[in-house]
Amino acid sequence: MILDAKIPSGRLEDKWREHKFNMKVVSPANKRKYHVIVVGTGLAGASAASTLAELGYQVSAFCYQDSPRRAHSIAAQGGINAAKNYQGDGDSTYRLFYDTIKGGDFRAREANVYRLAEVSVNIIDQAVAQGVPFARDYGGYLDNRSFGGSLVSRTFYAKGQTGQQLLLGAYSSLSRQIGAGKVKMYPRTEMLDLIVAEGKARGIITRSLVNGQMQCFYADAVVMATGGYGNVFFLSTNAIGCNVTAAFRAYKKGAFFANPCYTQIHPTCIPVSGDHQSKLTLMSESLRNDGRVWVPQAKGDKRNPKEIPEHERDYYLERKYPSYGNLAPRDIASRSAKEACDAGKGVGPGGLGVYLDFADAIKRVGKKVVSERYGNLFDMYKQITDENPYEHPMRIYPAVHYTMGGLWVDYLLQSTIPGLFVIGEANFSDHGANRLGASALMQGLADGYFVLPYTIGNYLASEKPGSFSAFKTQGESDLQKAKERTQKLLDIKGKRSPSSFHKSLGHILWNKCGMARNKTGLEQALREIPALREEFWQDLSVPGTGQEFNQQLEKAGRVADFLEFGELLVRDALTREESCGGHFREEHQMPDGEAKRDDDNFSHVAAWEYHKDKDPALHKEPLVFDAVKLATRSYK
Amino acid sequence: MKLNLHIWRQKDKNAAGQMKTYTLDGVEESMSFLEMLDLLNEQLIAAKDEPVNFDHDCREGICGACSLVINGTAHGPQEAVTTCQLHMRSFKGQSDIYIEPWRAKAFPVVKDLVVDRSAFDRIIQAGGFISVNAGGVVDANTFLISKNDADKAMDAAACIGCGACVAQCKNASAMLFVGAKVTHLASLPQGQVEKKERVLRMVKTMQDEGFGNCTNTLDCEAVCPKSIGVSHIAKLHREFLAASLTTTSNS
Repeated sequence: MILDAKIPSGRLEDKWREHKFNMKVVSPANKRKYHVIVVGTGLAGASAASTLAELGYQVSAFCYQDSPRRAHSIAAQGGINAAKNYQGDGDSTYRLFYDTIKGGDFRAREANVYRLAEVSVNIIDQAVAQGVPFARDYGGYLDNRSFGGSLVSRTFYAKGQTGQQLLLGAYSSLSRQIGAGKVKMYPRTEMLDLIVAEGKARGIITRSLVNGQMQCFYADAVVMATGGYGNVFFLSTNAIGCNVTAAFRAYKKGAFFANPCYTQIHPTCIPVSGDHQSKLTLMSESLRNDGRVWVPQAKGDKRNPKEIPEHERDYYLERKYPSYGNLAPRDIASRSAKEACDAGKGVGPGGLGVYLDFADAIKRVGKKVVSERYGNLFDMYKQITDENPYEHPMRIYPAVHYTMGGLWVDYLLQSTIPGLFVIGEANFSDHGANRLGASALMQGLADGYFVLPYTIGNYLASEKPGSFSAFKTQGESDLQKAKERTQKLLDIKGKRSPSSFHKSLGHILWNKCGMARNKTGLEQALREIPALREEFWQDLSVPGTGQEFNQQLEKAGRVADFLEFGELLVRDALTREESCGGHFREEHQMPDGEAKRDDDNFSHVAAWEYHKDKDPALHKEPLVFDAVKLATRSYK
Repeated sequence: MKLNLHIWRQKDKNAAGQMKTYTLDGVEESMSFLEMLDLLNEQLIAAKDEPVNFDHDCREGICGACSLVINGTAHGPQEAVTTCQLHMRSFKGQSDIYIEPWRAKAFPVVKDLVVDRSAFDRIIQAGGFISVNAGGVVDANTFLISKNDADKAMDAAACIGCGACVAQCKNASAMLFVGAKVTHLASLPQGQVEKKERVLRMVKTMQDEGFGNCTNTLDCEAVCPKSIGVSHIAKLHREFLAASLTTTSNS
């Protein structure tokens, strides 16, 4: 199968505008005849569901949380990028486009990224119109801060809760449509399968998390906004419930999975404190605006950081990357922290930490200003570690945060299954091999408010609305299979809890497919994961029944899919014989330890196709660069 | 640490519930409260007993899912902290901990410590928004908003919708939750057009859902993990009164 990304011809600057004009449009009177399912209500899902309803489509939205307001977009702290150039510092659509392509280590599609940069400005306007309380300066104008991988200030923020405020904005729009009866909302409901009939996506199978009832929902198109798969590592900054199930089920029904090995390890998280830990907490990248990262120059220096004089400290990011300094991109900052700790210079228990120090900032602007900028983050840090970051430098360490890989989509955000659209973190399209800070919120909302609502019309215009009866046989058969699978989890009656298997899987992936990867380790992981999976299906223990509220059963289903998906991730990492962005293969590095790309052989998207009885098949979508010149990424 | 945990167990919405006691050893001070419950659940699963169900998701204090009344206080003993951010070091020297769900007529128990807070969603659906469609809006800098107003709106908008205010209030009043949203939108120029209808509709829904009235005990402010103040309730009264007196239609 040849992957056609359907990138419009014409100049980069004109592609989206011309494409919007050339697409088929459903007339206002006909829109109400079409039914669209949206799975997930984070930034991408909530914005898409509300916008589709505003346009007149009938929408059903689903989320596993008890309310759409709780999706994990809410935890994004630092900000959202937009090429507004309000600071007059030379920002432009092209600069945001270029920074994103370069930040992604030249592994994203030019056309998608340019469109993202183009609509970024509309997002800010939209959010402000909804009442999102972005930070303002004393003149009443919108304020900006700087983020990693960029030399201009283009990040809009609402204290350290930008994700929360943007999500609540999208949630308010969604609530308005629910109240008006245009969106039917199904909270505490999880998607267990995709119904594909006659080659097209026709609906989903769901399970109510309250009473276990499983049923089919049919629609003219399905939109998945189900987030990333970072929790395959067990410990990550994701919410506990984030999972790959919906995406993985779609993959098994024929949607290709692209670049699963592109995972983002965020440099500034609170280090692991013990084996009991259930999740990791991010300290926003915005802290690197004022915080300075350092380790002691001497190995194993256990002195109190305040007693270590300036000349015995190594501000390694400032030393290695003088022009970007502490604002080097995430993948680079993470790897540098690992390098320092591997060299025995790490601080804190177990030596897995580096300092993020605000002493200079407090001296420069005062404690009050620092507290205004980052107060809630400092409080959170103190709450978790019992240490006061105003007095003592923070200890931070990289942790799994975001996944650039996801279901393959074309320029119209449609997967390889016609009628299945994938938006937000769940797709793969815009961040290449590394996402820049403050770009996830931008992409989720760009897809949901400004891209999908147009492109889905192009598909629906050629579909006959509401002809669902023909697909009931397929739906009932899928429903039956989903029921059997759920029952199977309950029937094992072994000894180990779902969490204990999840933790074991996380150990394998973090150690062998984490910040640095090599052939030997990856091959080991490819043996260990199937063995663990086998044990899971023999020794899992899920108490209770399937006809009630049962959190262990939910967890078991998600871990089962992670156990299969983890193998695909490792396979992709093994196949990509180069280092790029968040994917660092130890065999492929420059003499100074920087990542070494191989543009001749790997300038492509790796899209995996599921096969029932054999290994997944790899399809390549070549990446063509017309506007930018492929270059070695340098932040020095 | 070794603890006696007294936990509310209830099979479903209609079943009668009861407190049940569990002994848990091996609790470390660096564990979060929810990690302590994870530990308990691992032991219950190993003993073929039924684990305790509780709502939780982000575990970083922002999603608003976690919701436990701990020793009689919503979100436990520490100020301005959600249950998920509470750590066991706060319980040094204690041997007994009582854990109950949010209790309010408008928040029926789903199972064990899990409650149904969809009434909050219905209040927002009634008017907790600005009516604007995607696209076709003005440039973001068209409205100049003083830093003071923007900060005030942000403080109110920080509400995470957890429902602790309702759980702690002897009247199960939702006025802090509603007041925060009304203040947030009424502090901004974009929120002016609909402000009367908004407050009337939200208050009506709040009453229809079975939440009580405010009698100024200020318990809501004391337990709010985001320190949202009762001045927002005063603002709610003011907005409601103004809207009631100047609106003629019975919307």
